[in-house]
Amino acid sequence: MNPELSIKMRGLDVKVFYDSNQALHGITLSILENNVTALIGPSGCGKSTFLRCLNRMNDTIEGARVTGHVFLDEEDIYDSSLDVVELRSRVGMVFQKPNPFPKSIYENVAYGPRIHGLARSRLELDEIVEKSLLKAGLFNEIKDRLHDAGTGLSGGQQQRLCIARAIAVSPEVILMDEPCSALDPIATARIEELIDDLRKNYTIVIVTHSMQQAARVSQFTAMFHLGTLIEFGATETIFTSPKEQRTQDYITGRFG
Amino acid sequence: MSAQHIVRSFDKELDYLAKKIAEMGKHARHMVERSISAIVQDDSFLADRVIAEDIVLDEAERDIDEKAILIIALRQPMAVDLREIVGTIRMSADLERIGDMGKNIAKRVAAMTEIRQSASFYKNLEAFASLALRQLDEVLDAYAKQSLERIDAVREHDDEIDAMYTSLFRELLSYMVEYPSNITVCTHLLFCAKNIERIGDHATNIAETVHYILTGYYPLSERPKDDQTYEVGLDKKRIFQKNV
Ligand SMILES: Nc1ncnc2c1ncn2[C@@H]1O[C@H](COP(=O)(O)OP(=O)(O)O)[C@@H](O)[C@H]1O
Ligand SMILES: [Mg+2]
Repeated sequence: MNPELSIKMRGLDVKVFYDSNQALHGITLSILENNVTALIGPSGCGKSTFLRCLNRMNDTIEGARVTGHVFLDEEDIYDSSLDVVELRSRVGMVFQKPNPFPKSIYENVAYGPRIHGLARSRLELDEIVEKSLLKAGLFNEIKDRLHDAGTGLSGGQQQRLCIARAIAVSPEVILMDEPCSALDPIATARIEELIDDLRKNYTIVIVTHSMQQAARVSQFTAMFHLGTLIEFGATETIFTSPKEQRTQDYITGRFG
Repeated sequence: MSAQHIVRSFDKELDYLAKKIAEMGKHARHMVERSISAIVQDDSFLADRVIAEDIVLDEAERDIDEKAILIIALRQPMAVDLREIVGTIRMSADLERIGDMGKNIAKRVAAMTEIRQSASFYKNLEAFASLALRQLDEVLDAYAKQSLERIDAVREHDDEIDAMYTSLFRELLSYMVEYPSNITVCTHLLFCAKNIERIGDHATNIAETVHYILTGYYPLSERPKDDQTYEVGLDKKRIFQKNV
């Protein structure tokens, strides 16, 4: 492995309650910079909940309560002085179902930079839009119809549009919650290829139900079960010789 | 192995591979055993049967390969399952080679008929073959029982095989020096001994594969040295000295 791994984000004893139901039981987990970390585990084990802790998306959920700490670089993102809007531009999110705004392709990507004041002129904004679409591997396919509706694209293109939208505000970390589960194998392969490309510039955390996808795209894997972290390690190790029986049982399809 | 798979037919497929390996092991062992008998008893009928039966192992190896590849394609196995499947492919190749060794030995029977020696002449070769086959038995038993301790125990016997091979090599060399009329038969026997030594190597390979299947890594300790006979020269004094 890369000898100069540095920690980009770090959860420290993170607990999440939905009203009286505890979904996470004290997760401590580091996310390494310019790497893809996959979160795996059976449905309901808390992967999405943990992912949402990384950009405080749980704040928006009624009855959700988070304790513990999450650090972005050195900063505790649960510190009351932190600007949540700025946090979400530094830690972007891509969801399971592609959810472009009912606007043009251009406007979908331009929206973020505009509200964050990242462009001083129309020209600069154009540039950001083009670059983001390029990085998301979408530009060449849609360059002649930038002003068509984003919702008119295919599922895979919509998902790449959402990635372009996330990239447009120059995030440091991109969170993806099952980004391919609504896509066909070709569109999935494109997104996986893109993820591998993106990690040069961004740190990525991905939740996936596909063991093969986790094995293909990530460098590190965290295995969750019933709201606890069972095992964390190099993806290579997790998928060839995991140390924990529960990891082994889950990835080999022996979970009852 | 731990609990059953959610998809039961996956367990059946894995069981099939394991059963097939056990069968190949039995068959390979039987071939080698009878090839030695054929040499000792100068039984060319038996030798021909051994030679003809080699195809069973070739077919079994191909069958295992095909099934293993199909499982990989259909089930995308992970962790211990993946190691088990890849391990079976490797083990079947080693077992097929062991069968080849038996066939090679059997092929010499025809050429040795003219120069047949008394049964006692082959005693050490027979003992050497038993040692190598015992190694194979132990390794297959360890695989069937998924026992890491047994695997480690097997690996400790590797040195015995090497030592016995070197001593047999010296013995045959000294016969040739002593009675040049024995050169032909001894040369054939040297090749037989070499084949048996290779069987020991394949058994060691299998032991390492089983270790990998069980643990996810290859045994750490240095692999026992193999063929040391390159050190044995035609220096008469040395041959005799070591042999007395
Ligand atoms: N918005 C929510 N309100 C109440 N409970 C929730 C909510 N989201 C998740 N949970 C509960 O938290 C646990 C973890 O869920 P989640 O993080 O979605 O798991 P995963 O993503 O691994 O499938 C589950 O028991 C789930 O029912
Ligand atoms: Mg989820």
